[in-house]
Amino acid sequence: MISTFVALSLGQVDPWIAICSLATVFVTVFMGFWSATKSKSAGDFFVAGRSVSVGWNASAISGEYLSAASFMGVAGMVMATGYDALWYPVCYACGYLFLLLFIAGPLRRFGAYTIPDFAEGRYDSPLFRKIAVCFVLFIGFFYTMPQMKGAGTTLAYIFPGLPYWAGVVVVGAVITLNVSLGGMKGITLVQAFQYWLKMFAIAVPIFILASIVGFYHTHLGANKTAFEATANPAHVERLALPAKAPKDEQWIAPFGKLTTKAVDASLAAAKTPEAKAELEAERRPYSLLYTYSLIIALVCGTAGLPHILVRFYTNPDGVAAKRTTMWVMILIGIFYVFPPIYGVIGRSLTPHLYDAVGAKGTDKVVLELPTLLAGKDHALLGSILSGITCAGAFAAFMSTFSGLLVSMTGALAHDVYGRILKPDSTPEQRLRAFKWAAVLIGAVSILLGMQVEALEINFMVGQAFAIAAASYFPLLFMSVWWRGMTMPGAAAGMLGGGLAALVAITLTSISDVAAAGAKKITDASQLAAYWADHSLAKVLADTWVAHPLARILCEQPAIWAVPLSITLMLVVSKSTAAKIPGDIRMKMLVLHAPEALGLKQEYIKEHEGLGH
Amino acid sequence: MRSIAISKGAAWLRTPMSESNPNSPQSEAFLARLMRDQLRLSIACALCFAIALVALPLLNYLAPEFMAQRVAGFTLTWLILGVLFFPFVWVISFVFIKRSIALEEAEAAAAPQTNQR
Repeated sequence: MISTFVALSLGQVDPWIAICSLATVFVTVFMGFWSATKSKSAGDFFVAGRSVSVGWNASAISGEYLSAASFMGVAGMVMATGYDALWYPVCYACGYLFLLLFIAGPLRRFGAYTIPDFAEGRYDSPLFRKIAVCFVLFIGFFYTMPQMKGAGTTLAYIFPGLPYWAGVVVVGAVITLNVSLGGMKGITLVQAFQYWLKMFAIAVPIFILASIVGFYHTHLGANKTAFEATANPAHVERLALPAKAPKDEQWIAPFGKLTTKAVDASLAAAKTPEAKAELEAERRPYSLLYTYSLIIALVCGTAGLPHILVRFYTNPDGVAAKRTTMWVMILIGIFYVFPPIYGVIGRSLTPHLYDAVGAKGTDKVVLELPTLLAGKDHALLGSILSGITCAGAFAAFMSTFSGLLVSMTGALAHDVYGRILKPDSTPEQRLRAFKWAAVLIGAVSILLGMQVEALEINFMVGQAFAIAAASYFPLLFMSVWWRGMTMPGAAAGMLGGGLAALVAITLTSISDVAAAGAKKITDASQLAAYWADHSLAKVLADTWVAHPLARILCEQPAIWAVPLSITLMLVVSKSTAAKIPGDIRMKMLVLHAPEALGLKQEYIKEHEGLGH
Repeated sequence: MRSIAISKGAAWLRTPMSESNPNSPQSEAFLARLMRDQLRLSIACALCFAIALVALPLLNYLAPEFMAQRVAGFTLTWLILGVLFFPFVWVISFVFIKRSIALEEAEAAAAPQTNQR
């Protein structure tokens, strides 16, 4: 079936784009297979034997971190909404600082394999481990969805006849196969390679492109601010913006379309002039609130993403973990300067993307922009550069999805199978379990990814971060720095904050997906029937219109969910103070004492001669 | 194949004698000082960062015209958020890593030599 689609669309496929993309896939798969011959033991599969050097590990973390959201989503979002979208790359990069300041060192010293290991070790509670495992899987699935959207969008771009869902299936299947064969050791190598591929793929095309069509500042300068009487003299070529595109002064200034969406929707529905005036007055304060909530979600969420945290255990010691974080910040900081440039130039030169929706919308500006050179007598160069950005996009969603798959599969195989279902399983059985868990999780991710074509890549990642910010971040932060935490307190805070954020976010997504479906229907009677089928979404959409503040707080829940989680932890821990682990001082020493003191205890001991 | 082995620490950690010595890793005073010093450093660095994160939206809110002035084609606020924020964070993290490694060395030196590897 897929081959039919490929055959149908092959006539329009640019050979350079197809070659670069296929090369990326083959190199990734080859490296996975090649390293599979080297990783034999269960330890190799889970955390790469804990001996990856700082340079490799920093590149690998960066490679894993720079997802489809960073590579394609940030550019698309900057193009679609302007200044406010810049918070995403900034906080993606800067959230790492929080990880470094409060969590990276202690967690590494504690020496547990995974977050569930840490949860169990810190509170001596197997029950809490099970709860933590469920959360690893939960947050992970929220983060796989945007990667799948990236895959579907890119394949639909390369093969214009291929439907979105087919792209999701093909890419998901390839990565799942790769992970189930290579494990984490393969992934470290592949991730590191992919960081440098992505860096090359985002930086080189934009330099060449900008030297021909004009640089970042000239394109940005062509957008008029609200305080400039006339438009700037056009130094660069600019195509007319369609009606759907935000106006210059709104796009370039803070508190634009992204943060005022909820109030604008209410304004459109408001009937009396008084109601309109009231909403106008609320617009800017609400935007500020939205911005702060977004910042909290992204900064704290970074510090709580399970697939990032697990990598700290692949450092040989705590000092190396800190140095690794420093390098990660430099590597991803440099990278994040580039995607907004695509968004800015895309606004000038590819405004037709504003009119498209789903996989054909602004999310593909990174892929589309280089092909403009074809119209400027650089046809071959345009194809090659577009091929390079496609390769980068492949590297982006493949590496992040691989990393997620490893951490989620690890949780399933190591915890659910190895600890709960079959504690006496042999190493061979566990390896087999790892492979099957990878297939299972890959399949679920593909199914989920097929549902989210209507949602922006970057927006979905922001939501995964909000859930992580309200669950894992408080758990890790409080467990590391507060001796008085008890297991019930930790569980109540993590579940309370995380689930509250999850529910709030799901409510907004349900109404957004339904609204996107409604937009495709033009006939009024069919529309009524459609909304009757989606009554919950209808109720939600009406609620958002009546109460824009509620919509903002549900869409960006971090501002209330993080304090809620921490408060729950404090209150419940205080009231169950008798349950503080007896050897809490020892645990705190292991978390905080310098490793030179020789206090470092490997929490989980690997027995000699087993698993090799 | 692995199993859980919750470590109770080396034998010297359990000797009651070391409880009263404020330099012994076993003592309450050592742990309290350790955590206080580390947390103080982390919070100081986090504050620099948090102030910037709180201030920028606030400046955008209160002084939109000032933040919209052009600096080499960029608006001031775009230049800060899109470009300058990254080096700022590198500086904070570089200072933190240097100080935190120095802190650990000082702590290790303060503890009795016999406890070191």
